[in-house]
Amino acid sequence: MSGLIGRTAVELAQALANREVSSREATQAHLDRIAAVDGSVHAFLHVDAEGALAAADAVDARRAAGEQLPTLAGVPVAVKDVLVTQGLPTTAGSRILQGWVPPYDATVVRKLRAAGLPILGKTNMDEFAMGSSTEHSAYGPTHNPWDLDRIPGGSGGGSAAALASYQAPLSIGSDTGGSIRQPAAVTGTVGVKPTYGGVSRYGVIALASSLDQVGPCARTVLDTALLHEVIGGHDPADSTSLAEPMPDIVGAARLGATGDLTGVRIGVVRELSGEGYQDGVRTRFEESLDLLRASGAEIVEVSCPNFPYALAAYYLILPSEASSNLARFDAMRYGLRVDDGAGTVERVMGATRAVGFGDEVKRRIILGTYALSAGYYDAYYGSAQKVRTLIQRDFDAAFTQVDVLVSPTAPTTAFRLGEKLDDPLAMYLNDVATIPANLAGVPGMSLPAGLAEDGLPVGFQILAPARADDRLYLVGAALETALESRWGGPLLSRVPNLTEVAR
Amino acid sequence: MLVAHGETSRLLGMSSISRDDVARLAQLARIDLAEPELDRLAGQLTAIVDAVAQVSQVATRDVPATSHPLPLTNVFRADVVHPPLGQQAALAAAPAAEDGRFRVPQIMGEEP
Repeated sequence: MSGLIGRTAVELAQALANREVSSREATQAHLDRIAAVDGSVHAFLHVDAEGALAAADAVDARRAAGEQLPTLAGVPVAVKDVLVTQGLPTTAGSRILQGWVPPYDATVVRKLRAAGLPILGKTNMDEFAMGSSTEHSAYGPTHNPWDLDRIPGGSGGGSAAALASYQAPLSIGSDTGGSIRQPAAVTGTVGVKPTYGGVSRYGVIALASSLDQVGPCARTVLDTALLHEVIGGHDPADSTSLAEPMPDIVGAARLGATGDLTGVRIGVVRELSGEGYQDGVRTRFEESLDLLRASGAEIVEVSCPNFPYALAAYYLILPSEASSNLARFDAMRYGLRVDDGAGTVERVMGATRAVGFGDEVKRRIILGTYALSAGYYDAYYGSAQKVRTLIQRDFDAAFTQVDVLVSPTAPTTAFRLGEKLDDPLAMYLNDVATIPANLAGVPGMSLPAGLAEDGLPVGFQILAPARADDRLYLVGAALETALESRWGGPLLSRVPNLTEVAR
Repeated sequence: MLVAHGETSRLLGMSSISRDDVARLAQLARIDLAEPELDRLAGQLTAIVDAVAQVSQVATRDVPATSHPLPLTNVFRADVVHPPLGQQAALAAAPAAEDGRFRVPQIMGEEP
């Protein structure tokens, strides 16, 4: 991809700092690209051209006045519609929040604005982040830029597809069971789920509070690190926010890019391979392991015997917490209200939630209500919480042997839109490799490992101990360097050209 | 791998979720469900619950439960007054407002 939209965030930041390019030019170029291709991709639910250009102009004025600005000042960003934005519609992909304009900014959004990143708009997602394909968005699915008939992953398919179609150089996602990493995998982009508590969740519409984490998405490992640095850190407004300082993730990404992993121990998770993983996914994964070995890393196999139970535990814990979190949509203070005038509060709530929620949201609320009900609580929710302990013990044991764990991010490449829509269990299986990290709160990254035999991107997942997010960037940057030198450029240089609609 | 464990659920006496169960759960969750939705959900939820019941295979009595990924202690913010959201901003998105307050449907049903 040529022109301003083809540049990485680092390249754009450099050009902005050197005054070769203005933020208005960079922002306008991306807005033009959105206007030209988003009709076929549908990565955005709302585009804020006016607000983005005003923010760009403000950055340009400050730079012209000689002010010293943050690294990414003037580089535009797209924000998943699960983060509230003052003055900008926020729906979380749900009909129940259609047209809602929040009265405040999420802390992450406030940090983006303070760092001078113009916000291009809000990206599409599965309703309330429940899904692996964006097909559960009330506003229609997002299409994968590699093949418009296929899913872009989910729930953050909009944020990933915006990157892969060059509509934004950076985007924000949220990851409850893989919603940053799996979309990154199937679109050939990079995404990081930080350590639980590493990025503030104030102003993030809650799905499952013990699992949710906001994180950065980009086209390169270094861009992801720079965005992570902007949004991370302690927030007194979020009681689950980690108080200690973040590790030097940008330094780790730069160090990793030199390609030397001598002394780094990498564990391949035995339970996250084999049956159910597509041949092309396994082949690209094995090749990446060879490259890491050639970079000096020691590769060993590690067993995490309880990982096969993670998916089951997750699909008890998540619906349980979601059924409680989504009780706030009561048709009283904001959002949709369906009222024929004769009903009580209870009847209005029932009618509103029937119309306002989609099938998957209803399914999970009912499942969560069941798992939490008297007589079943111990067998389901209680047992799932015990499995959570076992998963954490697996991670603890593994990280005494190795520095990071690795696996394919998703068992398959992008499937066709509609293919798994009627089979919830088949859809849930997409998250089998990403879920353990959420249950244990550890950080994870997905980066492109190449194309499978079907010509579609494969993701490589790296997992690190809690608070050691820098290790993801060290190993990720080293692998990216090795892969790109073999490919002769970034994987996304092979994404098909989208037809630009004449304006 | 997630596999169906019909035997496990039978051992635990977990039966399938009936249409009436779904109707009762939907009422608890305040979601009106149409007749076809009740039938469809009953089938889907039975399959899902059957699959996730495998957690009981390893969740033995000696394993403590974990509710939160990282240990947390209670957190207090500084006892400093902050300006709250103004009344107008708070009511701006309300489905109905009156006299500076949220207007809501009646809470209790009419006396018979």
